[in-house]
Amino acid sequence: MSYLAIKDLTVRLKNGVPLLRKVSLEVEAGEVRALVGESGAGKSMIGKAVLGILPRAARLTGGKILLDGEDLLTLPPKARRERIGAKAALIPQDPLTALNPSRRIGPQIIDRLVDILGWKRPKAEARALELLDEVHIQDPGRVMKSYPHELSGGMRQRILIASAFAAEPKLIIADEPTTALDVTVQKQILKLIREMQERHQTALLFVTHDLGVVSKVSQTLTVLYAGKVIEDTNVRAFFEAPAHAYSQALLAATPKYTDPDGSLMPVPESIITAVEQEVAAFDAQLNG
Amino acid sequence: MNAAVSDQIYKVQDLRVSFPDLSKKPLFGAAPRTQVLKGLTFDVAKGDVLGIVGGSGSGKSTLGRAMIRLLDPDSGSIRFEETEIAHLREDDLRPLRKHFQMIFQDPMSSLNPRRQVGGIIAGPLRLQGFDNIKVRVGEALEMVGLPKSFETRYPHELSGGQRQRVGIARAIALKPDFILADEIVSGLDVSSQAQVLNLLEQLVRELGLTLAFVSHDLSVIRRLCSRILVLHHGEIVENAATAELFDNPQAAYTRTLLDAIPLPDPDQVWA
Amino acid sequence: MPDARGQIRRLPGLRLWLSGGWLLLLVLAAIFAPMISPHDPLEQDLFAARLPPFWEQGADPAYLLGTDSLGRDLLSRMLYGARLALTVALVAGTLTCLVGATLGLIAGYYRGWADLVISRLVDIWMAFPPVLFAILLIAVLGTGLTSIIIAIVVIDWTRFSRVVRAEAMSQGAMDYVASAQVAGRSRLGIALAEILPNVLPTIVALLTLEMGIAVIVEAILSFVNLSISTDQPTWGGMIAEGRTSIYQAWWVLVFPLFALFLTVLSFSQLGEGLKDYFDPVLR
Repeated sequence: MSYLAIKDLTVRLKNGVPLLRKVSLEVEAGEVRALVGESGAGKSMIGKAVLGILPRAARLTGGKILLDGEDLLTLPPKARRERIGAKAALIPQDPLTALNPSRRIGPQIIDRLVDILGWKRPKAEARALELLDEVHIQDPGRVMKSYPHELSGGMRQRILIASAFAAEPKLIIADEPTTALDVTVQKQILKLIREMQERHQTALLFVTHDLGVVSKVSQTLTVLYAGKVIEDTNVRAFFEAPAHAYSQALLAATPKYTDPDGSLMPVPESIITAVEQEVAAFDAQLNG
Repeated sequence: MNAAVSDQIYKVQDLRVSFPDLSKKPLFGAAPRTQVLKGLTFDVAKGDVLGIVGGSGSGKSTLGRAMIRLLDPDSGSIRFEETEIAHLREDDLRPLRKHFQMIFQDPMSSLNPRRQVGGIIAGPLRLQGFDNIKVRVGEALEMVGLPKSFETRYPHELSGGQRQRVGIARAIALKPDFILADEIVSGLDVSSQAQVLNLLEQLVRELGLTLAFVSHDLSVIRRLCSRILVLHHGEIVENAATAELFDNPQAAYTRTLLDAIPLPDPDQVWA
Repeated sequence: MPDARGQIRRLPGLRLWLSGGWLLLLVLAAIFAPMISPHDPLEQDLFAARLPPFWEQGADPAYLLGTDSLGRDLLSRMLYGARLALTVALVAGTLTCLVGATLGLIAGYYRGWADLVISRLVDIWMAFPPVLFAILLIAVLGTGLTSIIIAIVVIDWTRFSRVVRAEAMSQGAMDYVASAQVAGRSRLGIALAEILPNVLPTIVALLTLEMGIAVIVEAILSFVNLSISTDQPTWGGMIAEGRTSIYQAWWVLVFPLFALFLTVLSFSQLGEGLKDYFDPVLR
């Protein structure tokens, strides 16, 4: 049984426009699955649906989300929030807005442990120090006393990773966690996420638009277009030869400086038309 | 190799730029200044496509904006063609501005949301005293591959890639000698990224443009540029022809940058 | 995919119609007051004092909304009162807007010493309690329509300059301003052609809000008898008079109050509606 299993998940805007079209996917403990797609593909929406933080305009209209074998959507709201809080966590995209700018780092991590796990403060504080050390922050004592603006972007992202792992969740959703960072910092952060994930044997759902990043962090991947699953495969097979024509075009469009003539190819109009038609046909089948 | 003077479109010498650091401003008195560009010297040859690469805070965007005098350098010299522009007043710069243009990173914020596409492209033409404006607007749209009907659209009605094409059309409509492109594909999806790059490549070829392409992405730069400046903390750490830089990077920072790029290839091993 | 912003654009329609309708009615009333008023607003008839509105017991159908304690026709007084209220709203509102928005635009876009001077001035200005300030000004200038208008402009321009300055500053940091500079547009040209149109929706919303505020300020000044000569009917003056006879004749207080309330509300709603209308992204 996979730790996270999503079945036929459908999310619509209030006016009925679908954002996710019967998405199904699974992530096992210790597995990293990448969610890939261009803007508007709905890749972030999946993570938000799992964590129960869909935007106001969106509505979950069908499907199942099984977390550790339990269907979250059948639980009453309070129980659902508790389950998610204890078993799942988020590494957000923007390390600047994800931390409260007017509070010191220490209390922001400690509060999570006190609130979610009901720990006593001294224990939580010791654990916070240990976590900061685990994400390779030098002088964790000083960082605990710092305000977010006093730290670099990479440092803040390390803290968010530490705080995501703080309550020992078995599922982590990382939503474009390195998009705002420089490549050199991105490399360190990606390595750190992998290291933490392997050590804790967490199931990791990694949302990204960058196939280069996918090849570095994940074992499996789901390619989305307009909220529909286009391809669900493992990394090795995908980078050898993507099965779907759209995935092939996406891979050929991805920059690769070692292959200047074979990368950064525009996605042909015909492929976009074809995949649009595929989505329309899928919709017709659903409604008809 | 010493090129003749007329082959250089830009000669930049000991360029220094600083900004006030408001986070360190004392309660009374002026904020201390942070050096962003620490004495840069380089030339740009006519017809070159110059990549300017570096991490955030390297000063790459500041350098670009100083070259077209969107900001005032502290000291140093910027010679554009035959004119020293580093310290010219805005009134004296204005007649020169049609020769160097810019394409912006975020087309949503660089296109006035209250103007239609036609007006956006026509504005600079009108200001610089061009004739046959309607014809020129049509030509510019055609060159960037947008239909003429787009003239009456508003920026928010376009996709990201289309907006960026409008930004390019506005710059090339003036037939400038030099264009600065500041991170113009970083906000786009990979599919439109490749299209915009192809378009730029084609325009450089057809119009004989000189282009400075500011980017954080060496893969994109390799595709487009003939020369590359690598900036780190406001200094040039490497200035080399593209092939040379990728075959045999000299600066340690260039190598770090190259090593950190995640290639779409599971066999690439990260040290 | 349809834009979410497209879906809310139908909403402002109704409130634009309702508020615009009431204000149009008011404008017509003000213009044609001499023709449509059933009575002379100043004519007293002590035999017909405190007559209730038409639906109450003992009403006289000649006085539709009843009379006050001096026997003056309430409807006629309200129609004439609308003249003053609207004049103050339009003239004072527009002048306040012109002064405040211009200073705000200069401070926000040109920055530098102009900003320094204007911003300090605003800070000092805002430290005065506005009502006291107004009473003080009227005391110096003397009562009368012009004095009221001057008082409102002098007190309220800061409201515009603060908001417009902040808005102009954030617009000034946008790349389309840099791109206008690259295109060779002058500073003044950028301020007028690039910044102003983008600040305009905010200015329009503030302007209508200010018109409502002007109506209130005029009413307050009339209420404390500092507006204009007592022989000209004003809503504020009527409210003041009605207050003394609230237990005998509630209508003397309630009708002008209701008109005042509806007018101020309509101005602010009109502003919200127009703001959306002026925004091409929402249109």
